Amino acid sequence: MTVAANLGARLERILDARRIVTAEEELQAFAVDGVVPAAIVRPASAEEVAEVVRFAQSENLAVIPSGSRSKLEIGMPPLRYDIAIDTNQLQQIAHFDAGDMTLSVDAGMPLRTLEGTLAAKQQFLPLAVPCYETSTVGGAISSGIDSVLRQQYGTARDFLIGAEFVDGTGKLCKSGGRVVKNVTGYDMHKLLIGSLGTLGVITRLNFRTFPLAQTSGGYLASFASSEQALACRASLESSGLPFTNIEVLSPEILSIISAILRSAGTEMPPTLESQGWCVYLSYEGNLAVVQRVTNSAANIALATGAAQSLPLETQFDESLGGMLREAYEWLRWASPSVLLFRIVQPQIGKDDLAELANLASVSSLRSALLVRAAGVLYFAVLSEAEDMAAQEALEKVAASVFAHIGKQQGHATLLHAPELLKFRVNVWGPKRVDFEMMRRVKQAFDPQAIFAPGRFVGGL
Amino acid sequence: MTSSLLRAMIALLGADNVLHKTEDLLLYEFDGSVEKARPDLVVFPHTTKDVSGIAKLAAKHHVPIVGRGAGTGLSGGALARGGGVMIVFARMNRILELDLPNRRAVVQPGVVNFDITRAVEHAGLFFAPDPSSQRACTIGGNVAENAGGPHTLAYGITTNHVTALEMVLPDGEVVRVGTNHGDVLGYDLCGLFVGSEGTLALITEITVKLSRKAEAVKTLLAIFDTVESASQTVVAITAQGITPAACEMMDGWTLRAVEDYIHAGFPRDSAAVLLLEVEGLREGAEAQAAAIEALCRKNQAREVRVAKDDHERDLLWKGRKNAFGALGRLAPSNYVLDGVIPRSKLPQTLQRIQEIGKKYGFGIGNIFHAGDGNLHPIVLYDPRDTKQFERAIAAAKEIIRYCVEVGGALTGEHGVGMEKNELMPLLFSDADFDLMRRLHDAFNPDSSLNPGKIFPLSKGCGEIRVRREATPAGFRA
Repeated sequence: MTVAANLGARLERILDARRIVTAEEELQAFAVDGVVPAAIVRPASAEEVAEVVRFAQSENLAVIPSGSRSKLEIGMPPLRYDIAIDTNQLQQIAHFDAGDMTLSVDAGMPLRTLEGTLAAKQQFLPLAVPCYETSTVGGAISSGIDSVLRQQYGTARDFLIGAEFVDGTGKLCKSGGRVVKNVTGYDMHKLLIGSLGTLGVITRLNFRTFPLAQTSGGYLASFASSEQALACRASLESSGLPFTNIEVLSPEILSIISAILRSAGTEMPPTLESQGWCVYLSYEGNLAVVQRVTNSAANIALATGAAQSLPLETQFDESLGGMLREAYEWLRWASPSVLLFRIVQPQIGKDDLAELANLASVSSLRSALLVRAAGVLYFAVLSEAEDMAAQEALEKVAASVFAHIGKQQGHATLLHAPELLKFRVNVWGPKRVDFEMMRRVKQAFDPQAIFAPGRFVGGL
Repeated sequence: MTSSLLRAMIALLGADNVLHKTEDLLLYEFDGSVEKARPDLVVFPHTTKDVSGIAKLAAKHHVPIVGRGAGTGLSGGALARGGGVMIVFARMNRILELDLPNRRAVVQPGVVNFDITRAVEHAGLFFAPDPSSQRACTIGGNVAENAGGPHTLAYGITTNHVTALEMVLPDGEVVRVGTNHGDVLGYDLCGLFVGSEGTLALITEITVKLSRKAEAVKTLLAIFDTVESASQTVVAITAQGITPAACEMMDGWTLRAVEDYIHAGFPRDSAAVLLLEVEGLREGAEAQAAAIEALCRKNQAREVRVAKDDHERDLLWKGRKNAFGALGRLAPSNYVLDGVIPRSKLPQTLQRIQEIGKKYGFGIGNIFHAGDGNLHPIVLYDPRDTKQFERAIAAAKEIIRYCVEVGGALTGEHGVGMEKNELMPLLFSDADFDLMRRLHDAFNPDSSLNPGKIFPLSKGCGEIRVRREATPAGFRA
């Protein structure tokens, strides 16, 4: 408690008192896995962020930066957490050259606000991440969470062209630049992607932007078996057709989505209310391209044995596409206790899906599966109870999932688990061969380990 | 260089894989840049184990090491600035694994860039990064320098196509980063090592993504009477939200030299041409080609030709990719610069380059990746004329400074190397250097690996052992 005692007063020596919060109820809102900070600071500039980090370094206090805090539970519970850096005051667009299609924006800028600015110039940033309505651009990068547009636009590493951040010595650093092609210096900004604030406090990010498509299309096909749905997916992927998203949904996923949509007044097309597996597609381009892809998708669905298939009416496609973007969010709350894994596996076959479902069902638990582009699989284990026995059952499933995925040359991350379980299970799975290399990177960025200690892979 | 190190290298690799006589070493004192530095020993590993053994021996003898592929680099990245042992990867040139369904290839660093495409094109696949030297340069060098090329406008540069690396650290330890498929767990180490210019580790195995050939490709040649209208066209195409697969500009001065040599069909009386390519589904490519053609005409293109078949397309590209060779006919030597600017600043930058050329008494040609703002001004000079060489260097510096002034960067694809390390402070602060230095030291603590590169010598990494006589007169701030 000595840290908390007069932290606010000490922070006031470097920062305006209005930018410091120590009120208990507000501190609770910044808790990470139940660990509550002793103060929140709201710096108004990158220089103020640097001041705070220098202060933390000199007093050996642990810092966790956050934006809208929608994905703060990703990672291990922090070993220490004294100061929360709230980046919401950093919302400037430092530079938007629509003619060059480049953007430089502060970390605290909400994605939704940014979208409006870019759309006015017929452009956008392909960061369609969960909790989109509140997410900040800094949080989207730092969390490393999937964008549903990755099939076509890639991940942030493909369009993040530079960054400014405060390193663990309290210095404002930069990497990359504002041009779309640049090999000047080490690509340090790539390291920040998915680093959960363990390398630095991101203050500004530079991106290349993309033109908004003229029009888009969506398609849904249902299949009697996962085997057929995966065959359809494989056939679509090797067709050379430009899809922005291809997802395979298990029957459980579909019924959760139907229920949520229904409660919002949107009905699923009745033909798809089956118990089958579904393949969802989205694509974009000019009218002729969209028409052509729709026709080809129909043919591929038919050839791979679709029970039902149909192009989606625009409004429904937007609802369903939005739901899939938010999968991480609603899967976490799909039942009283949930384990939500993000699994990356080279090849996903029907046996892999069956084996995962089996790992849940041997403990008499339901599960839901969503296969995303690039070998990413979201796997939710759903428990109806929250008691000790339920937690123990989930813990057992978690161990068996990590063991199983390890054998498949893939890797799994536990994105969500009941809070108590997070202190008993390593959400990153077993240590990997490149851990020592990561440790060196962490040491270079944050020599005193003041940034989110313990949250990252291997306890970094 | 001690004779005991030479004996130990021969014992490790065999005499066939070690060069030490001056006449042999002379071949390795150049690359594609204007720099020069001679190694003391050149060795040819065949396996990762060889590389590890070499690194251990060099460390034991406190001698620097530098990796090298085909030596086509343009920033001195593969020159032995500190002398010592040069590791040439030419004999580690096997494609180890092709996984066509998952579109991956695992290759050794000495594989020639274009050989990857050759090995997979039967399946409708190719390796996207296509530097002009792609028929000679090796993938290891591409990874070290994060190489680009004309088609990286749509496909991205080397880093976007590398998913995993096996590497040897300066102490001989063999490490792996990245995964063959899908996202990594943890920090994007692959992203750090690609483009680190051989200053962090020696790359011994690379997993690359393979891209699928587009259904339709349309190649256009737009001919202009002024450089201004050609560059305005590029701005207009970008502003319209069209991303061509390639958008290359060649000015009249350059294209006349190319035409005399290649006979690609470039009109000798024009002031500039744009070589544009769009691809995708037929319906999309045709619409984009039509939109581009309309923009060219709106911006005073004299003529827009569309390649009728593969033969015409290949000829246009042959002209572009052999342009630097063609310029060799005009002067004893040429200095190809590499700067990058926001695309919206293209017209004013080309204007400024001409003014700088006049100031220093050079005609400066331009042949470059206009679509991503990556300039390659070419200064023709005679290296025997020291004064002229110095003027060429001064003109180059001024051009790069201007690129930075308009919001650009020092290098778009050639790397910093020993060409631009002294210009780095134009972009980076002491804080930036401190962090980069700590990262450097985390993997290469003694600066034994490729010393004297990227960092300005004054802000270098510990003790950079640079022999003064090996340091060329090139870029020094």
